[in-house]
Amino acid sequence: MSVEFDIAETLDVKGASCPMPVVKTKGAIDELSEGEVLEVLATDPGSMSDLDGWAAGTDGVEMVEQVEGDDVYKHYVRKTE
Amino acid sequence: MSADTSDTATDDGVAEEAPSRAELAARIEELEESLAEATAADSGKKMSIIATKGTLDMAYPPLILASTAAAFGYDVTVFHTFWGLDILHEERSKNLKLSSVGNPNMPVPNVVGALPGMDRVTTSMMEKKIDDNDTATIEELIETSLDMGVEFQACQMTIELMGYDEDDFYDGVRTGVGAATAIQDMADADIQLLV
Repeated sequence: MSVEFDIAETLDVKGASCPMPVVKTKGAIDELSEGEVLEVLATDPGSMSDLDGWAAGTDGVEMVEQVEGDDVYKHYVRKTE
Repeated sequence: MSADTSDTATDDGVAEEAPSRAELAARIEELEESLAEATAADSGKKMSIIATKGTLDMAYPPLILASTAAAFGYDVTVFHTFWGLDILHEERSKNLKLSSVGNPNMPVPNVVGALPGMDRVTTSMMEKKIDDNDTATIEELIETSLDMGVEFQACQMTIELMGYDEDDFYDGVRTGVGAATAIQDMADADIQLLV
């Protein structure tokens, strides 16, 4: 991985399709404290674009990294405020 | 031209009529207060959706967009009118149908689609696809949206027109609203959609 960070929580949304990966990520990030990173595991290929767009358009979160695995798309979102 | 009109005005003695520092300070304070009020009342992004359709396929877009916008931090209202009311109707929302006619993309020709029972066949086909793909159900999307603070409104005029009861709707649905409420929401919103 190019960026070093600790994962505070992992959200498994494998199998879920639009809009659930984004909606559930929002719910999970609300539970975290400022500075913590949420790992999101998804199988929805649309989650690459959708979660990136959500993070860019939402206050208080930033996309740290996205990893396209063999079957699973991994997203790392930091709560910034 | 190098002449500055404000300088000229001061030179001409208009400065005598200029407000005092105290008056200016009071005016600034007044403006700051009204600015604070304006920004407080209008903080945050808003989306307003009007949902008018009640077929299975047309129930999804307003709910998907509403829940996603809520995830972006938008204040979302969805005003349901005419067949759109069925999406909020607790019982009917679980039995929304997909029409087998009028859609040339359907695998059955209209003349076959018009046969009795064909809506049930196409609806079952779609329900199976929804299930196979782990697509959220209408009920799940409504519950999720409500949890996220989406305000669902049921148009009072069409509740009465359709003969529905206010208790027929999901808990948390706002009834007793009309077009003026929708207009107000749309006027305040950053995104307005008619579905």
